[in-house]
Amino acid sequence: MRSRAFLGLIVLIGCLAATPLHAEDNPPSDKPQSCEVPASLLSTESALPKVADAVKDGHALNILVIGSRSSTVGTSEASAYPARLQAMLRERLPSTTVNVSVELQVKKTAEEAAASFVKLLEDKQPTLVIWQTGTVDAIRSIDPDEFRSAVDEGVVALQKAGADVVLMNLQYSPRTETMISVPPYLDNMRVVAQEHDVPLFDRFAIMQQWNDQGDFDLFSASHGLELAKRVHDCLGRALSKFVIDAAHLGPAQQN
Amino acid sequence: MTSIADRVAERPIAGAADATARAAAPAISFPAVGERELRLDLFRGLALWLIFIDHLPPNILTWFTIRNYGFSDATEIFIFISGYTAAFVYGRAMLESGVVVATARVLRRVWQIYVAHVFLFTIFLAEISYVATSFENPLYTEEMGIMDFLKQPDVTIVQALLLRFRPVNMDVLPLYIVLMLFLPVILWLMKWKADVALGLSVALYALTWHYDWYLSAYPNGYWAFNPLAWQLLFVFGAWCALGGARRMARILSSPVTLWICGAYLFFSFCVTMTWYFPQLNHLMPRRLEQWMYPIDKTDLDVLRFAHFLALAAITVRFLPKGWPGLRSPWLRPLILCGQHSLEIFCLGVFLAFAGHFVLAEISGGAALHALISICGIVIMSAMAWVISWYKHSADKNASRKGTIGNADMAGGSL
Repeated sequence: MRSRAFLGLIVLIGCLAATPLHAEDNPPSDKPQSCEVPASLLSTESALPKVADAVKDGHALNILVIGSRSSTVGTSEASAYPARLQAMLRERLPSTTVNVSVELQVKKTAEEAAASFVKLLEDKQPTLVIWQTGTVDAIRSIDPDEFRSAVDEGVVALQKAGADVVLMNLQYSPRTETMISVPPYLDNMRVVAQEHDVPLFDRFAIMQQWNDQGDFDLFSASHGLELAKRVHDCLGRALSKFVIDAAHLGPAQQN
Repeated sequence: MTSIADRVAERPIAGAADATARAAAPAISFPAVGERELRLDLFRGLALWLIFIDHLPPNILTWFTIRNYGFSDATEIFIFISGYTAAFVYGRAMLESGVVVATARVLRRVWQIYVAHVFLFTIFLAEISYVATSFENPLYTEEMGIMDFLKQPDVTIVQALLLRFRPVNMDVLPLYIVLMLFLPVILWLMKWKADVALGLSVALYALTWHYDWYLSAYPNGYWAFNPLAWQLLFVFGAWCALGGARRMARILSSPVTLWICGAYLFFSFCVTMTWYFPQLNHLMPRRLEQWMYPIDKTDLDVLRFAHFLALAAITVRFLPKGWPGLRSPWLRPLILCGQHSLEIFCLGVFLAFAGHFVLAEISGGAALHALISICGIVIMSAMAWVISWYKHSADKNASRKGTIGNADMAGGSL
């Protein structure tokens, strides 16, 4: 897998000695969570022109997250990454009204989710749609070609409705790695993102990075809600940086 | 230490094959009488190790697997060498004892692989059931949907027996089973006209791509390795074993081939680097990307096939048959693993499951991950050594009683 090998290279080139040591001492939970993400995972060549315009013109920035169960944490909505994203964006764009809403499509494949897009966007009129997908398809081992065309059509529908789009791929879930074949879905999302010039938030690579750096031990069987909340907090933070970078919002707009 | 197949290879072969063997050329070719082609064992052993490492969670050893440096990976090596050795052993059987007996021996072998597959499936079921009941990380509630199939064991297990339900990492054996099932036909065609057989294989590959043929899987989707496409590599291996390699010797030794292969390998290396270092991505021409992606593993993309050919050509050129290193004790574990590939492959899949298990139970860092990979490789090598030793002594006993070389033995090293 590409991202795996990427990590492998990083490990070999840079932190040959540091990584194993670092991986063993997880930070205690009372300290602020460290979850550094390499800049390359947070930057994209694709742009978000509508987000940029909304911020520049002082309009409200309405973000719609369309996702499955992995866009939630238990029952606490405020700790899930969409709510964290809203908080961080409000912090970093104080002069802009930022609203993040979530549309859950539990247990729906990309194709099933995409079917509702036209109506959904008519109702909500978002500036930006963050579409998190792939997990359900991977679990049901949907034909990757069908998955690709479903994502493709979904992205087209979202763009036609006048929204900027960010794609978000699967979670890194080491425990189910022997059971769910993830790579074809990651690859196909990458391809669609490239074809439509849409930023791809590589949640998989980012979480894998955290696991390998020792920020989070994602291998563990049960950690209670606390770990999940911290992961989502970090995801929200990374996502806010990603959106700001993709929209080319320099420090000038952020003030 | 010699394995059973050595002994089979030592026996004189009849007719055409004998002539082929004597005319052995420097490229991959029919091993001369009394000599086993150690390069095949070496690279099959290597493929088995790489497959094992790729099945484990990423760790430092993952960095050494060839799929990080080009389009093709260990699966290509494994299937090609399997085709080569299968044609070699059973092709000879077909010449010696006729089509019917050889077919029976192949089918017996298919049965063994099938049983091995079902055995691995049982282990998988045990693991997934355990994880299903012990795993409660709220982060992954969604991923746990994978357990839904346990709700209908009646359907799932029957589908698994039909090879239609294959859990992750268990795709290679079903492919191998199907390919072996058609081996008698392939060999029979090859005996008649080898080039026609290869031509038909290429045609089937092309038609598969053109009409998008596939084998469906359960609950949906298709076989992760489409046998209709991957047969090309298997048949090509068989073709090489039955004299094709000798005929290609001139092409293989030409400097033009060397340069083309080198250039292609370098190109694919550069492309793979853009996957790992997203910063480099802007160097890739868009048009090239659109033409090239996705590089399809399921249907054995031409780019992957070409990458394998280039690798093989360069290997054959720079690693001559008589390379003394092949006898060195350092490469012995690899060669032994390659000589008992079915057993070691199954063991590798099992160890990958077990490794996941250990990692899940003991939260360890990168060091533990690497340690588990290394332990797995040591266990695989030790097992290969034990099997070799056992077969060797069993064979000694058998030859005392005068019953040497039954059908099982010849296939035993495949």
